[in-house]
Parts: sequence; structure tokens; C-alpha cells
Amino acid sequence: MRLKLEKRPEPSRLMVVATPIASVLLTMLIGVVVFDAIGINGQKAVVDIFLTPLLASYKWQDVATKAAPLIIIALGLSIGNRANVWNIGAEGQYVIGSLCAAGVGIAAGGGGGGLIITAMILSGVVGGAAWAAIPAVLRTRFSVNEILSSLMLTYVALQVLGYLVGGPWKDPNGRNFPATAPLTAEQSLPILFPGTTVHLGIAIALVLPFVFWLVTARSVFGFQIRVVGSAPHAARHGGFDSKQTIWLAMLIGGGMAGLAGALEFTGALKAINLGFPSGYGFTAIIVSFLGRLHPIGCLIAGIVLAVTYVGGQVAQTTVHIPNATAGIFQAMMLFFILASDILVRYRVRIVRNPKNAPAPAAGE
Amino acid sequence: MAILTRRNFIQAAGAAAALPMLGSRAFAQDKLKVGFVFLGPIGDYGWTWAHNKGREAMQTALGDKIESVYVENVAEDASAIPVIRDLANQGCKLIFTTSYGYMDQTIQVAGEFPDVKFEHCTGFKLADNVSVYNSRFHEGRAVLGTISGMMSKSGTLGYLGSYKVPEVVLGVNSFPLAAQKKNPAATLKVVFIDSWFDPPKEAAATETLLNLGADIVTTHTDSPAPLQSLEQRGLHGFGQGADMSSFAPNAHLTAIEDIWGPHYTRRAQAVLDGTWKSSNIWEGMVDGTVVISPYSAAVPADVVAEADKIKAGYMDGSFDIFTGPIYDTEGKLKVEDGKTLTLDELAVMDWFVKGVETAA
Amino acid sequence: MSIEVLILTIITIVGISTPILLAGLGELVVEKAGVLNLGVEGMMLIGAIAGFATTVITGSPWLGMIGAAAAGALAALLFGFLVLALNSNQVATGLALTIFGTGLSSLIGLSFQGRIVAPFGSIFPPALSRDPFLKVLFGYSPIVYFALIMVVLVTWFLKSTRGGLILRAVGENDLSAHSIGYSVVGVRYAAIAFGGAMAGIGGAYFSLVITPMWAERMTAGRGWIALALVVFASWRAPRLLVGAYFFGLLMWLELYAKGGGLNGLPIIPAIPSQFWAAMPYLMTVVVLALISVRDRAGSNAPACLGKPFLTSN
Repeated sequence: MRLKLEKRPEPSRLMVVATPIASVLLTMLIGVVVFDAIGINGQKAVVDIFLTPLLASYKWQDVATKAAPLIIIALGLSIGNRANVWNIGAEGQYVIGSLCAAGVGIAAGGGGGGLIITAMILSGVVGGAAWAAIPAVLRTRFSVNEILSSLMLTYVALQVLGYLVGGPWKDPNGRNFPATAPLTAEQSLPILFPGTTVHLGIAIALVLPFVFWLVTARSVFGFQIRVVGSAPHAARHGGFDSKQTIWLAMLIGGGMAGLAGALEFTGALKAINLGFPSGYGFTAIIVSFLGRLHPIGCLIAGIVLAVTYVGGQVAQTTVHIPNATAGIFQAMMLFFILASDILVRYRVRIVRNPKNAPAPAAGE
Repeated sequence: MAILTRRNFIQAAGAAAALPMLGSRAFAQDKLKVGFVFLGPIGDYGWTWAHNKGREAMQTALGDKIESVYVENVAEDASAIPVIRDLANQGCKLIFTTSYGYMDQTIQVAGEFPDVKFEHCTGFKLADNVSVYNSRFHEGRAVLGTISGMMSKSGTLGYLGSYKVPEVVLGVNSFPLAAQKKNPAATLKVVFIDSWFDPPKEAAATETLLNLGADIVTTHTDSPAPLQSLEQRGLHGFGQGADMSSFAPNAHLTAIEDIWGPHYTRRAQAVLDGTWKSSNIWEGMVDGTVVISPYSAAVPADVVAEADKIKAGYMDGSFDIFTGPIYDTEGKLKVEDGKTLTLDELAVMDWFVKGVETAA
Repeated sequence: MSIEVLILTIITIVGISTPILLAGLGELVVEKAGVLNLGVEGMMLIGAIAGFATTVITGSPWLGMIGAAAAGALAALLFGFLVLALNSNQVATGLALTIFGTGLSSLIGLSFQGRIVAPFGSIFPPALSRDPFLKVLFGYSPIVYFALIMVVLVTWFLKSTRGGLILRAVGENDLSAHSIGYSVVGVRYAAIAFGGAMAGIGGAYFSLVITPMWAERMTAGRGWIALALVVFASWRAPRLLVGAYFFGLLMWLELYAKGGGLNGLPIIPAIPSQFWAAMPYLMTVVVLALISVRDRAGSNAPACLGKPFLTSN
């Protein structure tokens, strides 16, 4: 008796949906076992990390606030990942996006209102896209690996932020703390539900996945992205320009990251300090994979990841585990989803005896 | 960082009104739950470690009248808001937020929970249910400066800083002012590393200060990494926030210990008694908040005597390092002879005294 | 700058450079085999806590370094299993490894907070290691010399041995290496494990040599600099050595400028310190572009870097 992998003619639709769910459940199960083994109340830790944020209604706004940037960035990255374009510099594009929004806000002086806020958000999109255009140029002109160049540029962006918030843009009333002056209410995104932190950017994050879904499912562009990613040779025959695809993938990825940065700045954080880049751009890569590169998947996965962040903080006060423990769970989920990817593309058959007819695989 | 605007203040107040409000008397028989928001890990052996020791001291002193919870590694941005709010929602009636960067967040959440008392460390914004508390660390820095002024052979001292915020600027100024009383030619090299906690960078920056000519270094970041570098170079330095002699038995001359326990105990007791009032508390050596660790054997007796004079001066109020004449780096007279800077003036200090050398 | 200060400065820069040299050297071999492991930071943190814990328990920093190497290799093999056996995406798997390593090291580290070990310093007699001049040669931890020896060994292995030839062939064209009969997966497993072991030792350099203690996230992003370093060195081990010390120089320059060490020079003091901090990354991007322009065919970048190995069976 042995296991045999057989390539499926078509990726399994069932597995596409079932494996992410199984990954989350398996992570929770292993979490209970492992934490119990090291003397921490595993059941309580897992409940607090994965369920408390969903069950305690006062935590919903925190989950929504955390999920919004993850969803928006992941949407953009999924486009690139589908086309085999690997932009891992979303963190830097997110930072540049927020800085562009801040720059416009500062240039507007005390001015505020819908027009100024819109200009701030749009400049964030443009800024993020422009930062992503550098790896795009390098890739299309000089065939420079975009994984490496976009990663390097993230660290350059962090230094740009450090320079601006500690120098020219430092809050004059901030007693020298390196941070921009807090935004006035006139330059902040509107709050949707009075008394909460739910800002307009969260609504945008909820609507965008459906927009992306429509566009990628129905348009020639969506088809192009899929074809270029899965069969570059066929794409060339079909008349699709791979350079154009790279450009689109990078600009959309960067633009979305920039949008997320601008929304996070104007909606949630209201000021930029050295702690502003908190890793959303990297975590969004996990979200994109956990969501199977599908817009609606990104929406759900973004919420799941946000839950683990918020839950990680809950678990700190209840079971006294370090904040980074949430990272173990996030990584485990990603490990499982990546490992189970093979079930989507391959069929597992148990071969008892080479002469016998193969038994049908589980999940079919 | 969020700010308290009129608009979101009204919203916040509305939210708070919607919560089930219980009179403080209803809690009189219950345990008081005290929450702490920490900047670093409690194992940083410095700032957060000291605050956590204070929490433990409070717990010991008040026993089962209280229980305490903490959250560590909380970023100094708006993400601190849900953390603080969460503590309030969990039933904490007294919450200490222990870093400057939680100032506006504390004020905002305090607006939502008028029946919860908040205490923000090192800030300056007050509200009916928000106190601020601080410690006059610069008094301790004057003791260290005295020791350094007498023990440094090169006359060049080093200061490893985090940010140019007033708390650090006061230390940067107090240290060479004290040293110059013993060695008028003493100068101070300062490196700000833009972080409170980054052990490899702290170590590298300490070595850089030595390369710049310093032969004794004091630190205003939170890990013992600088002392370990000094230990390996056979030079001397001081602990920050806590006695760090176990990390560097030879390098460690003494330390400024932040003792928060008495403050935490007093304030928790005040809440229990119903006597807590919003206040601006800035305590120093005389209150037992700033404590100088035992001197190591490497500190000569005459140096100990001079250092103890500074301590005694602060204890009886006869000494203040920020008494004129004080000149700035350009040589301009900033504090006239005989004048002493007030606490309000110190709270906004943003200039360096003569002898301080740092990047332009 | 006097000769004494110059010597101290060299020692500082060597100290800053050694961990990125170690981790970079490991990653270079991994990438030469055609695999991109973005989990360097996570493996370094796992190495840092494993090395520290082993040293606390056994009292021997030598065993600590071995423990760090073993733990780093083990973490890397987890990555290897996912990308080689299950053909998972290398970018995502590497990032997951970094997140995993950060969390795991923090959790394990809870039991080791506040513990101390003796620094893993020079093993030469004080007459050599403490001498104001000779210490520029003898004043280092054994790991510094180990890193230098490994540069020589890796250079020799990749250039002059059959194993190195096979490894490069696997990274250059996995399908033809496979068709000749080499085990692509086996070679890659070995390279990945080596990369993890080197990253682990690099991480333990922080917890045993620079600051002999454990602190959460104590490698503070050096794993990412190591990744940049491999590209900056255009996948050549001798250049990696030069690059590591050059990056160390830049990191030192940032601090030196902050301390006013460059005051009085023309123009330079006006350059913000962030510029120096950004330099390693900016220069890496420039190098990336240059090597691509200069000669695409002769580029030293492994052709299969980051791509899954799929045999059509």
C-alpha cells in the first residue's frame, strides 16, 4: 500500500475552498495540543486568539480596522501573483502611499473637506504605484528580478519615512518625538458609525473585493492575467504582451498598497511615526495565498488574519503569551495552505496493489 | 496617533453613555483590577522591566485587594487604542499607560470610559480621569555625570540616546553639566538611535561612541546591550532603569533605578479609598522614585563621596543641576546665574548645553 | 583618526558585519542551487534562541553554536519540505518561515529572559587579544574566523569541486541536471539545510557574542540585509565578504554621523543619517540593474532562482 500523486486535469474546485478552511481548523487543533504541551492553557489560548474577537462585539471594530489594509493590499497582490509577477514590496508601497497623502495634506495647509481628502487618497494610490513602477521598469527593461528589487525598495521607503517624520514633517508641537502632526478632523476620513473607529476606508475594503471579482471574471484583462500566469507561451501566441502584464500587475499592486496606506493614515492612525509600517504589506502576501488569490477569498482571509492579530492581544492579557505567538498561528495557517496546494493540483490515490483498480481519493 | 477633536469627543462620550454604567460603589467590595500597557517586552531588563517590577510591588503590597493585568509590546500609534480600550472593557478601573507615545490614545479612551482612572507616564495632557506621572530621572543623571567627570581619563563622555524628546534631552544636559563641575573641559558625544530597544544597534552605537573618543558611556535606551559592549572593551558605564550589574559586573558602576512600585501602590490605594484625583506628579529622588544602585568597587572613595553629595543635595532640596549659569552649544547664556529652571520649563526643553556634540 | 581608534573602528565594523556575512553565505549557496529562501530573519532568530538556550543549559558556547546551526537547519528543512516535496511557492513559504521563527523564538525565549552567559569572546591569550594593536587580528570571537574560513571553503566548493559544479548546474538548469541523473531535490535539500545552519550561527552571533543575552526580535532585521548582500555580491562568495564589510561600514557610518563624527567635513554632515541606512538597499538595486545590463548571458544570477522544479512525469 502506498500513496500516489496524480495530476488533475483541472484544479479541484472543492479543494480550492476546502483546504483554506481545513488549514485554519488544523492550526487551531495543533495550537491546543502544542500550547498544552508547553504548559499554557491551549484551549483558552486558541479560543482567545481565534474566537473571542468574533464573539465579543466590542472587538468587531478592531478586527475591521485591522482587516481593511490587509484586504486592500492582498487584492492588488493577487493580480500580480496570478500573473506570476512577484511584488513583495507592498510594505514600501504602503508607506510611500501614506507619505504622499500626508504630503498633500501638509501642502493644503489647514484646508480640508471632501476634495482635499480625495486628493490625499488619490495621491496615495499614485505614490504607491510609482514606487512599484521602479521594479516594473527594472524588470521590463533590464530583466531584473522583481522579488529582490521590490523587497530592497521597501527598506529604502522606511528610511524615507524616517527622514520625513524626524525632519521636515516633524510635528512642531510634538516635543521632538519623530511623528507628523495629527490630522485635523477636516483632513480625516469620515467615521461611518458614531462612537466607533469604523471609517470610510473599511467600507472601501468591503466593496473593492466585489469590484475586483467582477473585473477579473468578466474582462479581457482578467483573462489576460490568468493566461499570462499559467501559460506564458500561449499568451504570447494569443497576442498578450507580457511586459504590459507586468506593468499592470505591478501598478495595481503598488496602487492598492498605496491606497491602503493613505486610508490607514487618514482613517485610522491620523499621524505617521516610525511605527507606522507594521508589516501589513508582508502579511497581505499571506492573505493573498490564504484567499487562494481570489478577491472574495482575500476578503475572508483578511478578516481571519485580523482576528489573529486582535486575538493575539487578547491572549496576552488572559493567558500571558507574548504578542508574537499570534505569528506562530499565522505562519502555521500559511504552511498548511501552501502544503495543501498540492491537493488542488494533484489527486492522492492510495494504491493497495498495483493490479487493483485505484480507490477514489478522499475529498472527491 | 489619534487626537481629541471636538467631534470625536462627542462621539466617544456618546458611546460611553451607552455602556452599562455602574457606580464606583458597586465595585467597593470587589477586587480592583489594574491594567498596564507596556512599550517593550517585560524582559527588556530596562524601562518595561522596571514598570513590571512596580506592578509586582503593587500586587505584593495590596495583596488580594487588587488584581493586575498587562499587555506588552504595544506600538506607540493608534493601534494602542484598542489595547487600552480592551483593558477598560475587561473591567480594569485603573489603567497605567507607560510610554510617552500613548498620550493621545490614553486621552481618547479615557473620554469613552469616564468611570475608569487613567495614568499616563511621561506625558503632559490631563483630563478629569487622566493623571500624568513622571520621574525626575535627570537627578540621577547628575549623579552619574559627577562620577563620569571624575573617572573619565579622556574627558570625553558618551550618551546613547533614543529620541530627542524632553525626557532624554534633560538627561543629555544634566549629565555633562554635572561632569563639568568636576572637569570643566568635559564634553559629551551623543548618538540618538531612533529606538528605545534594539540590542545590536545599541551595542554598535556604544562602540561608535567609544570610537569617537568617549571612555565612559551612559545609556538612555532600554537594554543591557551597551553595558555588555563596555564590559568587552574593559570600560565603564551605567545601568538604565534597573540595576544591570549582573550583565556587566565590571563595567557597571551604578545605575539609575526607576522605582514605580510606591507610586502604583499609592494610586491603586487611592482608587480603593475613592480619593483618586487627576494630578500631574513628577517625583524624584526625595520621593524614592529615582534610586541610585549600590556603587561598584571600581568607583573610588572620593568619587563616591562627591556622588553622595549630589544625592544628599537632592534629598534636602539644596541642589539642582539646572541652576545657572548654563550656556547652550553656541555659548549663549540660556539660564542666568542663580536662576533655576522650573519643572514647566524642563518639560519642554529642546536645546543642548555647552559641551554636547551630536549630528548637526 | 588615530591608529588606536582606527583599530577599534575596524573591530566594531567586523562585529556588525559578521552575522550578515554568515547568513549571507548560507543564502548564497541556497540561491546558487536555485532556491530563494526569504526566511533568513526567522532562521536567525531561531538560531539566536537555540544557541543561547543551549549555552545556558550546557555552559558551552561551542555547543551553543552547534545547537544554533542544528536549529537553523531544522527550520530550513521545514521550508525545504514545503517547497521541494510539496512544490509550494518559495516566496510565500519563506515569508511564513520568518513569521514562524519570530513567534517561536519569542515563545521559547520566555524561559530564558534575564539569564546570562559569558560572552563568546577571543580564545587567544590576553597578550594578543587585549594588545592595543594586535587585537585587530586576535581580538575576535572564534566565529569571526569561522566566517572567514567558510568564505574560502564555499568559494572553493562552488568553483573547484564536483559537488559545487552539480549544485550550480541544479540552480542553472534543473531539468537538464535532472536528465543527466543528478538528484535536483537532494542537492536542494542539502543547500537549504546548509543555509539554515549558517543563518542559525549568524543569529547566535547576536545572542552569544555581541550581546550575550536573549531579547525578543534581537536580530532586528539583519536577515533582510543578508538577503540584499547576496544580490549585492552578485552571487560570488569573495564579493560577499567584501560586501558584508562594506555594509558594516555603512551601518557604522550612520551611527558615526549621528554622533557628530562627520561634523566639520564639507557637505557630508548635511546628509541625513537615513541616507546611510538606505545605502545598502539602494546600492543593491543598482547592482541588480548593472549586472543585468552588462551581460545578460554571463550574469551570475542562478537562472532557476525561485522557480519550482517540475518534472513532467
